Amino acid sequence: MSFSVPAPLEARLDELVTHYPVKRSASLMFLHALQEHFGYVSREAVEWTAAKLGLQPINVYELVTFYPMFRQEPLGTTHVKVCRTLSCALAGSAALREQFCKKLGLDSHAHAPQTTPDGKFTVEFVECLAACGSAPVVLVNEDLHERVTAQAAEKILSEGSRLEGAAKGKTPVKGASGAAS
Amino acid sequence: MPEQYKLILQHLDQPGYTPDLACYLRHGGYEALKKALATTPRDLPDGKKLSPREVVREDVKASGLRGRGGAGFSAGLKWSFVDRRSGKPIYLICNADESEPGTFKDRQILHKDPHQLIEGMIISCWANDVKLAYIYIRGEMPKAARLLEQALAEARAAGFVGKNILGSGHDIEIHVHRGAGAYICGEETGLIESLEGKRAYPRIKPPYFPAVLGLYMCPTIVNNVETLCHVKHIVNMGAAEYAKLGTPNNTGTRIVSLSGDVNQPGYYEIQVGRVTLGELIFDKNFGGGLRPGRSLKAVIPGGSSSKVLKAGEVFKLNRKGADGQMTKVDVALLDLPYDFDSLQGAGTMSGSSAIIVLDDSRSMVETLANLSEFYAHESCGQCTPCREGALWLAKGTHRLANGEGRKQDAAYLSHIAQNIQGRTICAFGEAASWPVLSFVKKFKDEFEAKGAADEAANASKSPAASKSH
Ligand SMILES: Cc1cc2nc3c(=O)[nH]c(=O)nc-3n(C[C@H](O)[C@H](O)[C@H](O)COP(=O)(O)O)c2cc1C
Ligand code: SF4
Ligand code: FES
Repeated sequence: MSFSVPAPLEARLDELVTHYPVKRSASLMFLHALQEHFGYVSREAVEWTAAKLGLQPINVYELVTFYPMFRQEPLGTTHVKVCRTLSCALAGSAALREQFCKKLGLDSHAHAPQTTPDGKFTVEFVECLAACGSAPVVLVNEDLHERVTAQAAEKILSEGSRLEGAAKGKTPVKGASGAAS
Repeated sequence: MPEQYKLILQHLDQPGYTPDLACYLRHGGYEALKKALATTPRDLPDGKKLSPREVVREDVKASGLRGRGGAGFSAGLKWSFVDRRSGKPIYLICNADESEPGTFKDRQILHKDPHQLIEGMIISCWANDVKLAYIYIRGEMPKAARLLEQALAEARAAGFVGKNILGSGHDIEIHVHRGAGAYICGEETGLIESLEGKRAYPRIKPPYFPAVLGLYMCPTIVNNVETLCHVKHIVNMGAAEYAKLGTPNNTGTRIVSLSGDVNQPGYYEIQVGRVTLGELIFDKNFGGGLRPGRSLKAVIPGGSSSKVLKAGEVFKLNRKGADGQMTKVDVALLDLPYDFDSLQGAGTMSGSSAIIVLDDSRSMVETLANLSEFYAHESCGQCTPCREGALWLAKGTHRLANGEGRKQDAAYLSHIAQNIQGRTICAFGEAASWPVLSFVKKFKDEFEAKGAADEAANASKSPAASKSH
């Protein structure tokens, strides 16, 4: 698969560079934009970013391995992030995660992101999402779901299963490692 | 009857209030900015003259505003440390990384009232000669990042941001920068590294105090979202009026995030120190008490990094008597005024003003295991005591919570925590240790009993295995 960044995206990224007196500063924003477009940060995306910003690929690669939100593998179309931290745990987030994992045939003890073979779902346990007053919370792609009940979780699953899978043909994978963990 | 006092939250939950510029302007938006720009020089009694910018900076100092991000440091003092002689540009960064477990107040402002933050930032930039500022927003808030970008575009089109703002001759540009899921980006020097496009490894202080050597090694101000919003209200009301809110040395209002075992978790804005911890938990205007049949066990009073308080504790606090003399008085946990100084007096901190309530159904061992896992996951890995110690704490508490504990685990956990705190580059080391030290100290019986019970259970299961410890 050849790597090519569409012109409008490249124009947007060129504009982003102007936000900073030092080009390197734009790297996180580049990685976000490329991950949004391609679904993950490939080796080519790292090299492309480095070339654009006048960096060595390692300067960019070390960001991908440090920041938990960046992925080196394609993920499911519906990315379910269940909050693991205290207030959500008190409100039953462990059971929620178990419910998601059991229904999808994933390991309910793994912390790292896991993707279903059909590429439809990725389930991940994440740390506090800054919405503890409406625990337990689940971030589904960009949408925050609050006070998530077992029924609400079912609904997330049934809506996600209607969508076309993104990472087709993949076996469950562990995603990129988190921050030094 | 204790009540909320809504300054920052005044409009944002009103029906029909939207995050766009038109709505903000209908509610008096950007009037404080105009007022700030129209500030006239001030003559001081000693013959000195303050420039308009110095007047606003002095007013922020006089207002008593303390940082709402965690440390509670005087905002005006912080601004006064900025190196203004270096000839380098001065930067301002809004810390919108909001990731301290229990905290969800900045989220409300960012999603529902972005212009309030932007106005506070423009005033703060102007007062500090800042021409370029950033909002560092946590990666998991993509919608808020987009809202902020929209709001900035509106503000730019209306002449509040950009070149020659409101015809004043001042240029101020603000950009949004997204983090990517690492808690340590909330620590201000880690944040700066991250904004420079690097791993968020906190810098060692000294010499890297942001006020002198911050972003791109230039003088830099880092303030929390809520802190910057307060600047707008200080300009609006005047420093003296603002300082009448709250209590002496703990002025103004503050948004408290309340979660855990209460009937009405949520965010509540109070006058600092005018509402007690007990009222926040039990009053019907706030937490509304615990679930039926439950009693209070513990309170985490200022975000997950603050030291835990135990139900029934009584603290000796300094109080000024009628004769003006300071005396020590006994204050019970639930009577603690919720402010910076009282919580510090109680041996903990109000931190990010996030209260997590635990009732008598909760295991302190499991609670600590949950928090320790957070810190193990979030250590940036630069310092050995933190990187290794946080992991050991997580493993130790996990073992104790899952039936593999030992009697000596309580002492073991404290020992590790003691060897982290004070031996690291950034305050994350304390953040990871304090919960452990306070949980184990205050709930020692529970930790030791759990370890002993695990040992006994495992010994009876397999006598041979227990010898191998
Ligand atoms: C480990 C750690 C995490 C922090 N996280 C945050 C955060 O998420 N948001 C925040 O505003 N401040 C956070 N802080 C505090 C900042 O370092 C800094 O003190 C604050 O942004 C200053 O703003 P203020 O003076 O307006 O409070 C954190 C500090 C530490 C040590
Ligand atoms: S104390 Fe921990 S988080 Fe802070 S710099 Fe050291 S390793 Fe990183
Ligand atoms: S603990 Fe889940 S959102 Fe904070």
